[in-house]
Amino acid sequence: MRIRPQGKQPRQAEKQPSHSRLAGARPQETDCANAQLDAVAATQALTQGGDSAYDSGVKIDAEASALRAYAIGGSPPRREGPEKVRGQALYVDDLPADFYGTGEVELVHGVTVRSPVARGRLRAIGFLPGVPWDEIVVVTAADIPGQNHIALLENDQPCLVSGLINHAEEPLLILGHPDRVIAERARTLVRLEIDPLPPQLDLDDSLRRGTKPDAGPNDVIWGKDNVFKTFTIEKGDVAAAWAGVDVIVEGDYETGAQEQLYIEPQGMLARVRPDGSVEVFGSLQCPYYVHAALMAVFNLPADKVRIVQTETGGGFGGKEEYPSMIAAHTALLARKAGRPAKIVYDRLEDMVATTKRHPSRTHIKTGWRHDGTLVVQDIDFRLDGGAYMTLSPVVLSRGGLHAAGPYACDHVRVRARAAATNMPPHGAFRGFGAPQSVFAIERHMDEAAAKLGMSEIALRKKNLVRDGQTLSTGQVLRERVDMRALLDRALALSGYEAKRARYDEENRRAAQGQGGMHAQRRRGIGVATFMHGAGFTGSGERYLASKVTVDCDATGQVHVRASSTEIGQGTNTIFTQIAAEILGLPPDAITVVRPDTSQVPNSGPTVASRTVMVVGGLVARACQQLKTRLVEAGQGMRLAAAGYRPQQFRAAVQAYLAQHGTLSVTTEYEPPPDVQWDDKAYRGDAYATYAWAAYVAEVEVDLVTYETRVLDFVAVQEVGKVVHPILAAGQIEGGVAQGVGFALYEKVAWREGRMANGQMTNYIMPTSADVPPIRVEFIEVENPRLRGPGGAKGIGELPLDGTAPAILNAVAQATGLRLNQIPLLPEDLLAAYARAGLENG
Amino acid sequence: MRAYLPEYEAVSARTLVEALTLLAQGAGGLDGPAQPPGRRWQPIAGGTDLMVLFSAGKLPAGRYLDIWGIEELRGITVAPSHIDLGALSTFTQVRQHPLLACEFSSLTQAAIESGAIAIQNRGTLGGNIANASPAADSPPALLCYDAELELVSLRGARWVPYAEFHTGYKQMQRASDELIVRIRLPRLSAVERERQVHYYRKVGTRKAQAISKVCFAGSFVRDGERLSRVRIALGSVAPIPLRCPRTEAVLEGAVPTSAVIAAAQEVLGSEIAPIDDIRSTQDYRRTVAQNLLFDFLAQAALH
Amino acid sequence: MSTHGHDSHHATTTSSGTFTRPLIELRLRVNGIDTVCVVHPMARLLDVLRESLHLSGTKEGCGEGECGACAVLLNGELVCSCLVPALQAMGTEVTTIEGVAPSLATLDRVQQAFVDCGGAQCGICTPGMILAAKALLTRCPQPTEAEIREGLAGNLCRCTGYTKIFSSVLRACQADGATTEGGER
Ligand SMILES: Cc1cc2nc3c(=O)[nH]c(=O)nc-3n(C[C@H](O)[C@H](O)[C@H](O)COP(=O)(O)OP(=O)(O)OC[C@H]3O[C@@H](n4cnc5c(N)ncnc54)[C@H](O)[C@@H]3O)c2cc1C
Ligand code: FES
Ligand code: FES
Repeated sequence: MRIRPQGKQPRQAEKQPSHSRLAGARPQETDCANAQLDAVAATQALTQGGDSAYDSGVKIDAEASALRAYAIGGSPPRREGPEKVRGQALYVDDLPADFYGTGEVELVHGVTVRSPVARGRLRAIGFLPGVPWDEIVVVTAADIPGQNHIALLENDQPCLVSGLINHAEEPLLILGHPDRVIAERARTLVRLEIDPLPPQLDLDDSLRRGTKPDAGPNDVIWGKDNVFKTFTIEKGDVAAAWAGVDVIVEGDYETGAQEQLYIEPQGMLARVRPDGSVEVFGSLQCPYYVHAALMAVFNLPADKVRIVQTETGGGFGGKEEYPSMIAAHTALLARKAGRPAKIVYDRLEDMVATTKRHPSRTHIKTGWRHDGTLVVQDIDFRLDGGAYMTLSPVVLSRGGLHAAGPYACDHVRVRARAAATNMPPHGAFRGFGAPQSVFAIERHMDEAAAKLGMSEIALRKKNLVRDGQTLSTGQVLRERVDMRALLDRALALSGYEAKRARYDEENRRAAQGQGGMHAQRRRGIGVATFMHGAGFTGSGERYLASKVTVDCDATGQVHVRASSTEIGQGTNTIFTQIAAEILGLPPDAITVVRPDTSQVPNSGPTVASRTVMVVGGLVARACQQLKTRLVEAGQGMRLAAAGYRPQQFRAAVQAYLAQHGTLSVTTEYEPPPDVQWDDKAYRGDAYATYAWAAYVAEVEVDLVTYETRVLDFVAVQEVGKVVHPILAAGQIEGGVAQGVGFALYEKVAWREGRMANGQMTNYIMPTSADVPPIRVEFIEVENPRLRGPGGAKGIGELPLDGTAPAILNAVAQATGLRLNQIPLLPEDLLAAYARAGLENG
Repeated sequence: MRAYLPEYEAVSARTLVEALTLLAQGAGGLDGPAQPPGRRWQPIAGGTDLMVLFSAGKLPAGRYLDIWGIEELRGITVAPSHIDLGALSTFTQVRQHPLLACEFSSLTQAAIESGAIAIQNRGTLGGNIANASPAADSPPALLCYDAELELVSLRGARWVPYAEFHTGYKQMQRASDELIVRIRLPRLSAVERERQVHYYRKVGTRKAQAISKVCFAGSFVRDGERLSRVRIALGSVAPIPLRCPRTEAVLEGAVPTSAVIAAAQEVLGSEIAPIDDIRSTQDYRRTVAQNLLFDFLAQAALH
Repeated sequence: MSTHGHDSHHATTTSSGTFTRPLIELRLRVNGIDTVCVVHPMARLLDVLRESLHLSGTKEGCGEGECGACAVLLNGELVCSCLVPALQAMGTEVTTIEGVAPSLATLDRVQQAFVDCGGAQCGICTPGMILAAKALLTRCPQPTEAEIREGLAGNLCRCTGYTKIFSSVLRACQADGATTEGGER
């Protein structure tokens, strides 16, 4: 890793003397001597200096090569990497039939029969000849021993429909047969008799009809008014503020549904033990969500339900809530069949039936002074939640809390609503509401700049929030925030100002037919500045009260037990780094236990960019306590606080175990005393901390085909301590690529509430030939207040927020059009030209 | 995998005669009355179209005849007056052939832009034609180059101009007992080749693994200021891969002034018949087709 | 060789009104080992590998040739195993991800580069991606970035944004030669 000092020397360097003293004091005989020395030095830094011991003002180049040390800030190889590159990592569909160690068992393969209509009443089910129906296990709602719902925020979503169908592809029954081919065939031979009812397929329509005075049963499809959740954030006096403005800017912004499109489709394997307890193995992000759901469906106590995560081929939020559904189906099938059951979706089923990113509509009205001061923001943010609540209120919350952007503004109102429709439920997807509202505000900023006759950069710089100022909820930013520095860095890296001017000129000339070969090409460069709250919204973390356990066995091996799942983002590696660093041990001495509800405590879900910051913080604290316990232990097991060798650690553990029996520490989340949040009023510290970023996209639009290509992308961010630069950069790059898809390619073709393009051929995600070069840079800012391990904040969701608006801002420059809807496919761009009456031709 | 395996039968043919003999069975030819489609053999070449349908449970039940191993259907041979491509020529073989790149560069380009490497290694020219998708990428190039197809059955062999081969959506001049054995591309004289301009553009939104929304192939031979031997063919704008003789006629022998180009665009707009589907819109396809015609002639002007 | 799973089942499904089709004895060489299994001639090579031969490193991401997760080398050429019917694999030589590493203790240079450079995140695209990279490096030992982009364009990855995959492939070319941990093949 190359660390380029910027101004002040990093503090870690100042600790050199103690580093070398340590090195001198010990024979370098262990395998991992160097890594370990680094780790010990870093641990010292961590423990002595507290949070502030971390590098200040140091920029880490993400492209720097990997450092083999497992210290925080190093980039050790991914722990499960070798199995993955050998094809030996076992995903759910790979589990062998003798997986349970009981010899080859014949599994029942399950398939799901789904509703072809968006709304209706299921009257009867018939079974046509063509398969041996006597061999086929049929599971209906009547087979559910407990509650027929998938437990989540509101228990409104049935596990299997028993009467009213509320969306297309809603599961009606499960069929199982030992031969997958026959099960598949059987699915085509089920005849459904459904009385169709008129569906509500539009978000605003649903909001309107749900609240109209004479609303009838076809108007109100959920609750009393079709509203899953609504809240208003108020700051200052919005109504009065308009009097003091010179310019008003208004716009409507829209984002579409986006499929997570993890490459491993969803799947589960389940069995029911003779004592009636249920075990499920599968592809999932949140073991304890599934656990709670199965307890309800089976009416079982916690210890009779066991959920184990298998290697998971991507999640991105898509495996946050939906796995509970498949797990319940699979376990019900196993119960009825009396043997293990497996349900693995194929791509089509996964795409049409599982959740997608919530489509959104945002109306923004802002008031400005001539000098570019942002005086007032009035924002109306609406999400289409689909047929059931799932996580919509939380998604709405995050979206609403990010809607005003990273700008200082005295008068803000954000009205947020999530509506019920008869679309398949929309759900978690990386960014969780923020990409939608950030898209709106960041496009709006460019439109405001144009209307004010200012540069979009100057306008942002004038209004970007600083520490000491407040966000829309009144949250005072007590951490150091230097958005202008991030923006400057992004501008410098991308050559923004010069290109912006040049493209204006070139586009003008090309429009006059002077472009030669490139007469039909337009270029643009665009920026987005944004933030992303790390961890759960508001008091979420307080309610969760996450736990982590770290214990040691008699061989001295350290086990880190958390329910945070490895879904590609690097949990295994980062928890190892944190534990290795604090305990001063080589990575091999650390085992990150596979998430299994019988083996790990509930550390909350693997979402919201909280894994490193919150759960990693708990791991760090547990390791620290474990070490302290050994350091303070009686004679014979004492460890020197200053450093020790792995053998000494092992000996100390063994001595401790001999005397005490166990060595185990469980830490629980403690809400920081100074973080205050009022759930009702939506006021206070919405998030404990934020990641900050400035992204720049450069595009070329081809006016022959209306295709937009992203030529270059720069992503500069401040995410606190970068625990693993390679993994971190990988997160940003992957997120940017998904953002490119969100902006330009990925469009769900809805037909009567059904996804008509549920194939990778027709739902277009970027290939390796489509992604731009992505340059990622992390800037570290000294932030004594940060609490994550070494000061790490969340990172995973951030890149989804700013990518699409940066791209659209660039396309707006290239085309001179107001483009406020994504995805922007070539067809949409053509239509926009037609609307603007500027059709090329 | 949604296919119901018991409904399928499949065998491999090692020689052309063996294949043709099986294809003749039940075709109502030499050995008895015609059988229903499910009882007749259907060729399977690289499988890149058929197997997609199969996996999705949409391939009609029946008998499938693997022709991948038939040597007589392979190979690209060059004669002074033409180039013959065996029906089993893969996109990979097409894109690697140096002479094709020289004289029939639109076909090379079509191969390069079809699917991605793994598809190019299996997808064949014969399959691309016989699959009869209006969105296929090599047909516009083949139409531009006046390709001819050789169709063979036990009843004999015949040559069909490719421009006449597709007769309607998924309809073609191929009897069920016939195989496409080769595709012939007539070569122009050295003088004409010198002055020939090729243009090929596939519009598929992403750069690989894309199904065309519009695919345009054009060529002409420069005759001083004038255009001659004008060929224009498009994919995804009609029920079949479409050669556009009316548009060609506007340009043939003409100097491509803006007025001529505009007139040609106008005619092209009425000659094609695009539709709205899940991949694109009628409007988009028509406008882009017309833009591509402009681009073709504008690019040509710069040659 | 095992003939378990649905293959053996077909002989018994006449009761459901469909006619039984003959299975074939598929002979092929997989990762250097001569192999025979009894399968339906239309069974996808992907399912033959995963179910009959228990080589689960080859993944299914789409079943329609689009994602490349199922990619294997068939007679040295990259193909999507979900699109190859078993009878077309008769007598062929197949390399799956399980056959890429030279030994249990060492990785191939491409595999090693993916580990070192962060080319694998969730890992589900990785087997296909590595085979695509191997096929590319065989055709083109020192590819440019444009060639890498094209060579891997049939392998979708949703995690990485491809950037670290490009660096992995570039690293693997640099590692060309006898000096790496992975060794050479
Ligand atoms: C992921 C993916 C991407 C693709 N991308 C493209 C693309 O970009 N552009 C494009 O044009 N196509 C594309 N295709 C479609 C396909 O690859 C091509 O159409 C290919 O040329 C088909 O050839 P094949 O040999 O695989 O056909 P098969 O699937 O074997 O056969 C297709 C049809 O042709 C018939 N047939 C095959 N050979 C003969 C013959 N010699 N005589 C008579 N009938 C015959 C078969 O009976 C069948 O009806 C793509 C497919 C996939 C899966
Ligand atoms: S599974 Fe074969 S290409 Fe996706
Ligand atoms: S690493 Fe997850 S899809 Fe590529």
